[in-house]
Amino acid sequence: MKVSLSWLNDYVNIEMAPSDLAEALTMVGLEIESLSERYRYLETVYVGRIEEIEPHPNADKLHLCRVDTGREQISVVCGAPNAEIGMLSPIALPGTEFPEGFVLEKNIIRGQTSAGMLCSEGELGLGEDRSGIMSLDPSLSVGAQLASALGLTDTVFEIEVTPNRPDCLSVIGVAREIAAIQNSRLTYPDFKLKDNDNCISQQTSIKIEAPDHCPRYVARLLEDIQIKPSPFWLQDRLLSVGLRPINNIVDVTNFVLMETGQPLHAFDFDRLSENRIVVRTANKGETFITLDQKERLLDAEILMICDGEKAVAIGGVMGGLNSEIEDDSTRVLLESAYFNPVSIRRTAKQLGLGTDAAYRFERGVDPGGTIAAANRAAKLMAEVSGGRAVGGLIDEYPRRQSVKSLNLSTQKTNRLLGTRLQRKQIENLLKSIEFTIGQKTAAKDKDTLVVTPPSFRVDISRPEDLMEEVARLFGYNNIPTTFPQMPATSRLATKEINLRNRTRLLMNGFGFREAINYSFAHRQSGDHLRLKAADPRRQLVNILNPLTEDQAAMRTSLVPGLLQTVHYNFAQQIKNLRVFEIGKIFINENPQQLPTENEMLAGLWTGSRYEASWHGHEAQCDFYDIKGVVEGFLNALQINDVQFSRLPEKECTYTRPGYSAQILGNRTRLGLVGQLHPQVLANFDLAQAAFLFELNFDILIPLLKDTTVFKPTPKFPAIFRDITIIVNKALETQEIISTALKQSPELVEDVRLLSVFEGTPIAPGNKSVSLRVTYRSPQKTLEDEAVTPIHQSIADRLVKAFNASLPA
Amino acid sequence: MDNSIDQIYQEALQELKAAANRQAVEDIRVRYLGRKGIVTQFLRNISKLPADQRPAAGKQANQLKNLLDEACQETIHKLETTGETAAGGIDVSLPGRPAPCGSLHPITQINQRICDIFTQMGFDIAEGPEVELDYYNFEALNFPKDHPARDMQDTFFVSDDVVLRTHTSPLQIRTMEKQPPPVRIIMPGKVYRCDSDLTHTPMFHQVEGLLVDENISFGDLKGTLTAFVHQMFDEQTSLRFRPGFFPFTEPSAEVDILCVMCRGKGCRVCSRTGWLEILGSGMVHPALYENVGYDADRYTGFAFGMGVDRIAMLKFGIDDIRKFFENDIRFLSQF
Repeated sequence: MKVSLSWLNDYVNIEMAPSDLAEALTMVGLEIESLSERYRYLETVYVGRIEEIEPHPNADKLHLCRVDTGREQISVVCGAPNAEIGMLSPIALPGTEFPEGFVLEKNIIRGQTSAGMLCSEGELGLGEDRSGIMSLDPSLSVGAQLASALGLTDTVFEIEVTPNRPDCLSVIGVAREIAAIQNSRLTYPDFKLKDNDNCISQQTSIKIEAPDHCPRYVARLLEDIQIKPSPFWLQDRLLSVGLRPINNIVDVTNFVLMETGQPLHAFDFDRLSENRIVVRTANKGETFITLDQKERLLDAEILMICDGEKAVAIGGVMGGLNSEIEDDSTRVLLESAYFNPVSIRRTAKQLGLGTDAAYRFERGVDPGGTIAAANRAAKLMAEVSGGRAVGGLIDEYPRRQSVKSLNLSTQKTNRLLGTRLQRKQIENLLKSIEFTIGQKTAAKDKDTLVVTPPSFRVDISRPEDLMEEVARLFGYNNIPTTFPQMPATSRLATKEINLRNRTRLLMNGFGFREAINYSFAHRQSGDHLRLKAADPRRQLVNILNPLTEDQAAMRTSLVPGLLQTVHYNFAQQIKNLRVFEIGKIFINENPQQLPTENEMLAGLWTGSRYEASWHGHEAQCDFYDIKGVVEGFLNALQINDVQFSRLPEKECTYTRPGYSAQILGNRTRLGLVGQLHPQVLANFDLAQAAFLFELNFDILIPLLKDTTVFKPTPKFPAIFRDITIIVNKALETQEIISTALKQSPELVEDVRLLSVFEGTPIAPGNKSVSLRVTYRSPQKTLEDEAVTPIHQSIADRLVKAFNASLPA
Repeated sequence: MDNSIDQIYQEALQELKAAANRQAVEDIRVRYLGRKGIVTQFLRNISKLPADQRPAAGKQANQLKNLLDEACQETIHKLETTGETAAGGIDVSLPGRPAPCGSLHPITQINQRICDIFTQMGFDIAEGPEVELDYYNFEALNFPKDHPARDMQDTFFVSDDVVLRTHTSPLQIRTMEKQPPPVRIIMPGKVYRCDSDLTHTPMFHQVEGLLVDENISFGDLKGTLTAFVHQMFDEQTSLRFRPGFFPFTEPSAEVDILCVMCRGKGCRVCSRTGWLEILGSGMVHPALYENVGYDADRYTGFAFGMGVDRIAMLKFGIDDIRKFFENDIRFLSQF
């Protein structure tokens, strides 16, 4: 909200410099977002001197003026009747933005260039006169900036008012805080209006049929008014906070809204059928044309202000076109109501109508302030329109809004704040913002204060709310800084956190950089990954109000994000990447419940294993590079007994058939590793081969060991023996090794693959596989004679099991 | 005979002098002392000598063998302990064979640092769902439906009752529901708001904290956050507590730190105010205690929350928050 220093000064005598005031307001909770010089728009307006006037060759009513701007002489087209040679007048140069909104440009007017504009008071927002250009004191120096020449200065504060402080959505509300800060007096304007009779009740009536939506409705009536522009002082106040003057009646409603925070509405009384007001909810399907000329579809929860026949306004939100003040209006019905905040908020949201009035009503206006605002506005309207207020006011108040007294304990206040405030201090702080302190209990109970908040403080409902008032007025920075006593106990980090941290370091060690992608996904991400119809990853959590198409659901896989990362980097000419991500995926298993959230790890490697360098040629990464990372990773976590088996072709969706393996640990699938499917790459506009692994942390965690039990290191030397067999090419090597390991497990320590070879002299369709077997006994040094028969039996077993042959 | 032994010795020494590396020395050793080496041949030929000459020749030959052996060892030692020999060592300026290292995402680094500071103070880490019930994200935190406070956080909705969590505060309720006081937790995690520009991304990271016990005061909140800021930034980074509004705390405080860029002089980063808003905080609102069944007369507590991404931007001087989620390798590799 904007307030100006000059306006604030109407209610409180401000002693501080604007920047100090901004700081002080910020420190009591009214954050000043910015402060600006109000007349900055005059920066490009100078004191000019008319040097020469010639008639415009193509227009009778226009002249060409040569104007000295102090820097140069410019030619200006001007239509003012009062322009004279030698006259000083404001000259606006191109770029000037006038208070009414238009921006001056260098123009050609009827064939003549106009390099600036001589301005009237009205155009500059400095007065009412628009009849001619402003005539300046001849003693001013030509070329001076107008604002400094005239001594114009005012500061505009942009305040961020938090939702709990609707009382500060008004100039008086802000002035009240300043008065409390300065410990000075707040001067209210005159809110009384003397009534000699109660004629209003003979002329109109207010009937509230929806009291829950409209607890209070106050009306006043004005007659013999004349619609015209407001006097300058009123326009000036509105302009100072960025509001545009419209006409005297509307300007008064806006002025009082800004002054008191009470939204008002002025109806053309003669356009109200039967000259009366009925407050009711709309009928479902009813339509209504608001002031902005848009037709609105209503429902039964929307509060309408109606006359004897029809709706004339959406209560608390926006008036109707059918009852607005027009140039010939002579009688005005003035509405000053208290509407239910929830009702107004629902309506404003539903209709997408965030008006100044709705903004205040939904936060809560002062239920006790409706009469004061009506009186103030009626008085001002009479003043500026030549009319008069009809005697009396109508105050329909079917749902009285009570103000509750609260008991505030001095001791509890000090306990919560960590202060040692005296009861009297607390009392004074609260009184400074118009809270009243009950005297009765004071004698009996020295600890408790009975505090009644003013009616405009709709945010105060608990003792803690009062404690906040005490704290902010005392000053947060004056509260002593202390430290909580923490016992010397703490829990260890969870397995999840440990695994995550460990993983990051391991992946770094393998040369992978950590990426963080958005948790969002495209709704077609299942198609992009070629997922099967029954794949649970097609059960998306959809977002009802997404920002973009590709963020319209929660991700069910980390893969699309990593492919986008690859795509982004390829566009930056980075073709070699090793990236990983740890993050959640979201499966919408049962729409009645929250989705299942699984934490996943995915790594992706594309491009070179080694870049071309002096020690070797460039080599592209392949399946075994990424598999090695997975093996190394699981090994480091001491998850042994892991198997990789070929992923059946029908299960390969986003990975390439024949180049994909599932990772099995303890017979459960931990994840998969493989080359990305070319079609999936194409779906992400990629072509370069990429290799991927995915592991599900939620499955991995149960496999982590809590402790490791030490095994003695071998005492006796090992014997190494090699074995080579020729088998069918399609046989998975893992099977051969597993079989070899099963023979004499007490002496066979390890079976390691030495080489795999295809081609001459091996017959087509076959391959030779060489293994190195490590034999060791825990009891003694093995002799060759003991090993030879075992080694032979392994060879025999392999030959038999796999229909293998031994090399010639 | 003497002459020929001495001649062999001198020749070997000459050759050793020219040897450029260990292998060359080994080659010389083999040529002289190997199985088919010159000295070995010589020794074998001793048996063909007259018997009276044999002992002296044998002694001399063995002497030669020992001398040469020593000379070889000396040469190797010399070669390996002096770099500036004739061959000049190797070109150490050639790059090594790469042992590539990855990197941690800058947000991870800052997140870990924040968590480390608080866990060392005695806070535990709590985690929870990112797709959350409206009840935990709003209602139980004293954001009633149809309350303007909900406008403070642009919310992604999954349904009427389910949202993407807009803060990690739901874990305050989830944790207090599960355990009696005292509660000392921090809550790191991803959060979501529908907003996207230079300083906002629809997903970002938060760490929140909650301490509920007997006699916890606003002063304790100030102390805890001051200690945090001093460790996160430095001891010279002063703090400013000023009133704010969060539905789940009362009193509420915004915490500003002295601008880390200009040290309070006023710059673009702090919008010329000299201060940076980095934390929201306050004393736990009694409505929360009522919602989880804590005795609001007995317990008090404080809560605070901060944006990890924003702190990372300040720490690393990053001016566009979207950089964090583009995953440009040239960006990631700087951290």
